[in-house]
Amino acid sequence: MSVLVIAEHDNSALKGATFNAVAAAMALGADVSVLVAGQDCAAVAQQAATIAGVSKVLVADGAGYRHALAENVAALVAEIGGDYSHILAPATTTGKNIVPRAAALLDVQAISDVIAIESQDTFLRPIYAGNVIARVQSRDNIKVMTVRGTAFDPAQTGGDGCAVESIGGAHDLGLSSFVKEELAKSDRPELTSANVVVSGGRGLQNGENFELLYALADKLGAAVGASRAAVDAGFVPNDMQVGQTGKIVAPELYIAVGISGAIQHLAGMKDSKVIVAINKDEDAPIFQVADYGLVADLFAAVPEFDKLLG
Amino acid sequence: MKVLVPIKRVVDYNVKVRPNADGSDVDLTNVKMSMNPFCEIAVEEAVRLKEAGVASEVVVVAIGPAKAQEQIRAAMAIGADRGILVTTEVSLEPLAVAKCLKAIYEREAPNLVILGKQSIDGDNNQTGQMLAALTGLPQGTFASEVELGEGVVTVTREIDGGLQTLQLQMPAVVTTDLRLNEPRYASLPNIMKAKKKPLDTLTLEDIGVDGSPRVTLLGVSPPPERKGGVKVGSVEELVEKLKNEAKVIS
Repeated sequence: MSVLVIAEHDNSALKGATFNAVAAAMALGADVSVLVAGQDCAAVAQQAATIAGVSKVLVADGAGYRHALAENVAALVAEIGGDYSHILAPATTTGKNIVPRAAALLDVQAISDVIAIESQDTFLRPIYAGNVIARVQSRDNIKVMTVRGTAFDPAQTGGDGCAVESIGGAHDLGLSSFVKEELAKSDRPELTSANVVVSGGRGLQNGENFELLYALADKLGAAVGASRAAVDAGFVPNDMQVGQTGKIVAPELYIAVGISGAIQHLAGMKDSKVIVAINKDEDAPIFQVADYGLVADLFAAVPEFDKLLG
Repeated sequence: MKVLVPIKRVVDYNVKVRPNADGSDVDLTNVKMSMNPFCEIAVEEAVRLKEAGVASEVVVVAIGPAKAQEQIRAAMAIGADRGILVTTEVSLEPLAVAKCLKAIYEREAPNLVILGKQSIDGDNNQTGQMLAALTGLPQGTFASEVELGEGVVTVTREIDGGLQTLQLQMPAVVTTDLRLNEPRYASLPNIMKAKKKPLDTLTLEDIGVDGSPRVTLLGVSPPPERKGGVKVGSVEELVEKLKNEAKVIS
């Protein structure tokens, strides 16, 4: 038995979700290898080699992997995947793009969004927007899956540095090409890894009013999220969406401001340690999951909250 | 240019699904069924391509029970020209669905396949990527913008942290994200017209697909309940509790 973890990175450093995926791989109790496919990504491979519990790092360096194009990376994963009992990747937009493609090439039914590993072939995953947890058993020879980062504590670094091996197979199918990327530049922490998240909903009324949340977030060192209603209304971009169709977060503290608490949204944040809800509608469903509920007008409460933090 | 739009009949998004009495599966007796919301976005996008004069024909395909023809008719009411229903009484996994779609792709030879990024029942987010793999086509997943050029399609994708734009050689597979468009409501005349549009029915045997499952559902359970906490009377009390009781801020 051996597990291959597909690393997520930007060619200079690993993305945080990789550490959670390695932790999930270690829960399988087998030998763990990490695949780093990229271009000029030697530094990433060295970093991966220091994750405690990883026994080998495979590096595939080629132009076709620079932007993690699914066509090329999936071809590589399918080529080497036969040597493994399990193939894991983080359940991020990158993992979800690549993994099903690789699984189909291997003729395997992939398993998405795994939140618990019960045994080598039995896993838990949420379905129906998190309203139901399914217990599933894979009968495929290779288990291919994406794992949800919030469900596994990240693997630690500080290992001695395992072997790093270059592998060939520079797939560049020429089916797709990278044009550009527009990543939101922010000094705030990333939504999925932040300790504190402040989210706004339709109650904010417009995009400008999110400034109230940004100010509060900066005092708390928090990331800022939004409900699907706020995204659909065009207040903020979709990458801020917390919920079943957006990002899944589980911070120490989640502050929901002007969010009613649709099932869709709860699915994305209900594993947070402490939940605070501020809403003027005392019947809003968000109060049913909140540890601390404040029935108040957010336009008065948020500035006051901000002020009290000094 | 022909566009193929695979769609799925799913539990309506307003229904709160629960496990059945013995916890073997979800309880779907007498629940309202609808077209998967991401599929509606796919149909809308294809129809807009036709209205813009870029596409000449929009073909929808559903794989599911005989009743899935309701969702095909709904897609026709939005503006799809023709429908194909592959009937199966068992629910197929994404890989088997992708194999069915590959067979339909080969029959229809469309220039573009647009489908939802995930269905709101299984939440797998796999079928489009798998279809692309099996047909050897490029994929543009989680699209928020689709622009057709000469032999290529430019897709803006919703990725963690922002947007990524890719150019794909056609034919290509595109999966839709929420912000690609806002599907229209079908008008009554269009709903009437949809009833007369051609709909072919096929079986898994007709297209030579083995739908046997690879994953066994051992059971379902409700997620751990989260208990509601206390209501606080003021912002001051809230901050005090977060500092001294929950100890999550300093």
